[in-house]
Amino acid sequence: MNRLLRNRELWLALAILAVLVLVTTRFPRFAQPSNLLTIFNDTSILMMLALGQMAVILTRSIDLSMASNLALTGMIVAMTNAAFPAIPIPLLIAGCVVVGAALGAFNGILVWKLDIPPIVVTLGTLTIFRGLVFVISGGAWVNAAQMSEDFIQLQRGYFLGLPVLSWFAIVVAVLFYLFMTRTQQGRAIYAIGVNPVAAVYTGINVGRTKFLAFVISGAISGLAGYLWISRYVIASVEVASGYELTIIAACVIGGVSIAGGSGTVAGALLGALFLGVVNNALPVIGVSPFWQMAISGAAILLAVVLNARGERRKGRVILKKAEGVA
Amino acid sequence: MTDLASTGRRLPDRLDNPLKSAVMSWESLLVLVALGIFIANSFASPYFLNAWSLSDLTFNFAEKGLIALAMALVIITGEIDLSVASIIALASTLMGLALQYGADTPTLVAVGVGVGILCGAFNGWLVTGLKLPSIVVTIGTMSLFRGVAFIILGDQSFKGYPKDFAWFGQGYVWWVISFELVLFLVAAVVFYILLHRTNFGRRVYAIGNNPTAAQFSGVRVDRIKFVLFCLTGLMSGIAAVLLTARLGSTRPSIAQGFELDVITMVVLGGVSILGGAGSIIGVVLAALIIGLVTLGLGLLNVPGIVMSIFTGTLLIVVIALPILWRMMRERRA
Repeated sequence: MNRLLRNRELWLALAILAVLVLVTTRFPRFAQPSNLLTIFNDTSILMMLALGQMAVILTRSIDLSMASNLALTGMIVAMTNAAFPAIPIPLLIAGCVVVGAALGAFNGILVWKLDIPPIVVTLGTLTIFRGLVFVISGGAWVNAAQMSEDFIQLQRGYFLGLPVLSWFAIVVAVLFYLFMTRTQQGRAIYAIGVNPVAAVYTGINVGRTKFLAFVISGAISGLAGYLWISRYVIASVEVASGYELTIIAACVIGGVSIAGGSGTVAGALLGALFLGVVNNALPVIGVSPFWQMAISGAAILLAVVLNARGERRKGRVILKKAEGVA
Repeated sequence: MTDLASTGRRLPDRLDNPLKSAVMSWESLLVLVALGIFIANSFASPYFLNAWSLSDLTFNFAEKGLIALAMALVIITGEIDLSVASIIALASTLMGLALQYGADTPTLVAVGVGVGILCGAFNGWLVTGLKLPSIVVTIGTMSLFRGVAFIILGDQSFKGYPKDFAWFGQGYVWWVISFELVLFLVAAVVFYILLHRTNFGRRVYAIGNNPTAAQFSGVRVDRIKFVLFCLTGLMSGIAAVLLTARLGSTRPSIAQGFELDVITMVVLGGVSILGGAGSIIGVVLAALIIGLVTLGLGLLNVPGIVMSIFTGTLLIVVIALPILWRMMRERRA
């Protein structure tokens, strides 16, 4: 029972439920299954991105470049589709994952080989990737008319009653869960976050594991690039601008410790869902969407206060190298 | 000795001679970079070497530079403040609100600066009072502060600031010397003295190098961190006054992305993101470099978004080069 009470995911699920119940008491249609599925679908991209960010944060790093990576791969795939509509979509998606992973690998190699703090590396690539979007597109937009029908419609199809976009999120989440809990590499990501020194002694290559985490977050950003562009049917320089913080917010609310080593797949997913539910509920209860930003800010602060009560550890460690790791 | 080597720390047999270390320092590297960009600019554009063009340079870095001075101290203690741009947005919005109630120029300035200090104090309280990691706290307040600005303004804007208020952002003290430049230089001197010539400054370094040891040597770690967050808030408030006066209007999206530019300046200036090292001269030089790059590229009609590629690359290259150089030297040794 005590363990149940301290289960962070349970509390977060209850918080989401509370918001749902509260809104539903005034607007009964809000809790209809179809609307709940819509919310889930709306949040799919954020959920995937939050998982990628979680892998990085677990290793005591941070990836600020995810949204820019998303915008860059999104622009590349949109322009490719506009120029060569004949290329089949699955091939394009695979290309997105590869390009995204390559961009993530660039972050990772700087962190691994040169030992530059991740926050500095990804701060740099955040602006570089976003600038490259402008360079390759010349500032022009790719709009719906230029994209092929398949490109736009793929994620809008239904499979077993769920939109394909939701299936993307489900498949990514399941694969990610299996990777994090059932493979050596996944456990290594947790291990170097909990104690990098001990991880070295158990034979884990700390640098390479961080590199791997950045490749994962990059690959997910790349996939999200296609999904984002085909969902909002516009590719521009401004795509997902500032979204990197929403992704981190989802992780923090989901109980992923910024100090590394602690966080669960379910937590990150629920953190993203919480933001999704709140954002969907606001217009329903007649609150201006301009409240969204302040509410998510308050939610982050509340979450971090509650999380800190659970674990009294120094959280500053993300900016500190592990002591004594050569 | 083997013990030290295995932990990656190495004790030199003798200290470098002072002249050599002065020449090899980060600051001299920055001076070289600045000179290089200056010369490249004067070749690239015929409009560059002109008193008024160079004076325009000020407006490219003064506001961000002011915040960078305080941010440097925060980062030296091993903390970080990502909310500075949002503090500008909130301070500017509340100044606009005060204007609607007929506030005069001194009141407007007081509101801007006051809001800045209060926001900084709120950050400081969360970090030191509640013992929360500053990176998460300030990501949260970043959304919160700008969020409040959005709640107040929505898609509207405040305009019609008085003329004598506009002087803070557009006025010149003498010939081409703008008020913003004078303020930045004065602040730079004050922060130089504060960090390099006072007990307070030594304590800031001590905290960054080892907070536990600092605590045991009688440094009031939390109090100093709290003061530094207030100071960053204060500088953000001042920047809000300057920026609002320069633009003449307030939108909730004002100063979007400033926090990244400010941190880039600080890190480029040689302040270690891990805490414990850095100098004000470096930060001032880095601010100047970013101003020069922005001005030079601007004169060549390069769009702002492409400029950001240059600053981003500059940030990574300037950090990576010395590391690569050291690695190559160690490999040879």
